[in-house]
Amino acid sequence: MTLVYSLAYLLAAVLFILGLSQLSSPKTARNGNFTAAAGMVIALAATVPQLRFTTAGALIILVGVVIGASIGTVGARQVRMTAIPQMVALFNGVGGGAAALVAVAELLKFGPHPPFAEAFPSVFSIVIGSVSFAGSMVAFAKLQELMTGTPITYPGQQLVNGLIAAAIIGFVIAVLAIASIPFSFLSLMVLALILGVAFVMPIGGADMPVVISLLNAFTGLAVAASGFTLNNFALIVAGTLVGASGSLLTKLMSDAMGRSLGNVLFGAFGQVRAGAGVGAAPGKEGRTVRTASVEDLATLLAYSQRVIIVPGYGLAVAQAQHAVRELADLLEKRGVEVSYAIHPVAGRMPGHMNVLLAEANVPYEQLKEMDEINDQFKDADVVLVVGANDVVNPAARTSPGSPIYGMPILNADQAKNIVFMKRSMRPGFAGIDNDLMYEPKTIMLFGDAKDSLTKLVSAVKAA
Amino acid sequence: MSNELLNEFTFFVLAVFVGIEVISKVPTILHTPLMSGTNAIHGIILVGALVIAAGASSPINIVLGFLAVVLATTNVVGGFVVTDRMLEMFKGRQAAKTPEPAKTR
Repeated sequence: MTLVYSLAYLLAAVLFILGLSQLSSPKTARNGNFTAAAGMVIALAATVPQLRFTTAGALIILVGVVIGASIGTVGARQVRMTAIPQMVALFNGVGGGAAALVAVAELLKFGPHPPFAEAFPSVFSIVIGSVSFAGSMVAFAKLQELMTGTPITYPGQQLVNGLIAAAIIGFVIAVLAIASIPFSFLSLMVLALILGVAFVMPIGGADMPVVISLLNAFTGLAVAASGFTLNNFALIVAGTLVGASGSLLTKLMSDAMGRSLGNVLFGAFGQVRAGAGVGAAPGKEGRTVRTASVEDLATLLAYSQRVIIVPGYGLAVAQAQHAVRELADLLEKRGVEVSYAIHPVAGRMPGHMNVLLAEANVPYEQLKEMDEINDQFKDADVVLVVGANDVVNPAARTSPGSPIYGMPILNADQAKNIVFMKRSMRPGFAGIDNDLMYEPKTIMLFGDAKDSLTKLVSAVKAA
Repeated sequence: MSNELLNEFTFFVLAVFVGIEVISKVPTILHTPLMSGTNAIHGIILVGALVIAAGASSPINIVLGFLAVVLATTNVVGGFVVTDRMLEMFKGRQAAKTPEPAKTR
């Protein structure tokens, strides 16, 4: 019988791998998710018959599954598409928490002197799982704006975090080498929770996706470690898959921002720093921007040949994805060639903007990735920047002192005309001024993105 | 090192390579669904949560088991549902259009 269970776990692992590879194409991605879910069902179905239930055990499982499934379903169904990143953070955090709890319970079984092969992965899982749980909750709070998104720093912060980490390592060694009284694990958990909070606090809201991805990989590793403790093949393989792919994804994301992972995690990016930008532009007070009426802009757009739309998070916040599609459709009907330039970190996560635009039925053929479209900006008559800012800021190319220096940007500045739709002159997420707005060929259209777009749509109809 | 541990370690190392290999082909536009999908997969910790919860009899184990089951189930169910919601949007118009040659990169 154990052979059947082992084969079922193997099948589950294969389905996870297949599912992930199907996720690599938009056409098969949805099936990929189903494939992985089927693997999950098989793994769970193979587990239940192996269990020997106590009455209490059966009861807590029943109640626990009902509660968890309700929270998961309602949370995932109700969440607005703009809030996806924090939802992923939340679901990731609870997974990390579960891994830590499983490891604690498993270790308690072994008494004061657990064998090293059991104790080591358990302790690892407790620490990493707890860090992931606490860190994810902070990331959730920052993105949900329950707390400030700007980095929270104080002098000597890295030293304090280092000391917490050192304390954890010391504790781990003591537990492994000397003896583990039950409550040493709880202390370890508490310390790791504190470290998780302290670790994410100094990281700015703009960098949260990278952090969530990293914590996702952490949870995967914690799950894999629990697999070692429980001698469960499915946990080891699935957890490791997530750990490895999550680590790679984290690197890809920080690459897309042109920064090293170390800089993302420890650079307190987006902090208001004194002296930044000194010597760059001579005070923005003296500079003026150009504005135009909606009618003028409509004419400009309607009689263009090529228009490139650069959507940003501001578009998502204003729920303007449908309005922007309406405008694009209208222009296409007039023979204007319209495409969307998607910066890798547009929105709050790589691919987030694609999801939002897909929600508005924008055909994905019109969505162009940065490398694909960057050469085409010079041929564009109008670039329409809707709620984006940092991803078109030329400072990334030209001013080495700027915090975003080195980040690959969209070449919007090469277009013949640039139309900026923005609420105000407020700087973007990275907290820096954008010289592109002061260019003579740039026209600012202030106001709510959805409002402005709706007005533009009716004006284009009349043009 | 026992034989079993050695086997487990082998699985672990191989899975690292598979994980990296599978992900390296994913286009940027699918990164968010991918993160969410892998997030759902590590919900397999529910298997572990069931194992510790099923045999629970002492109060501390009951508490640990119960919390672990709630958290892990939230992870699994929420993870897959939210991923599906994202991917649902990738169909729509392009499904009806003539299929373009698959866009790699």
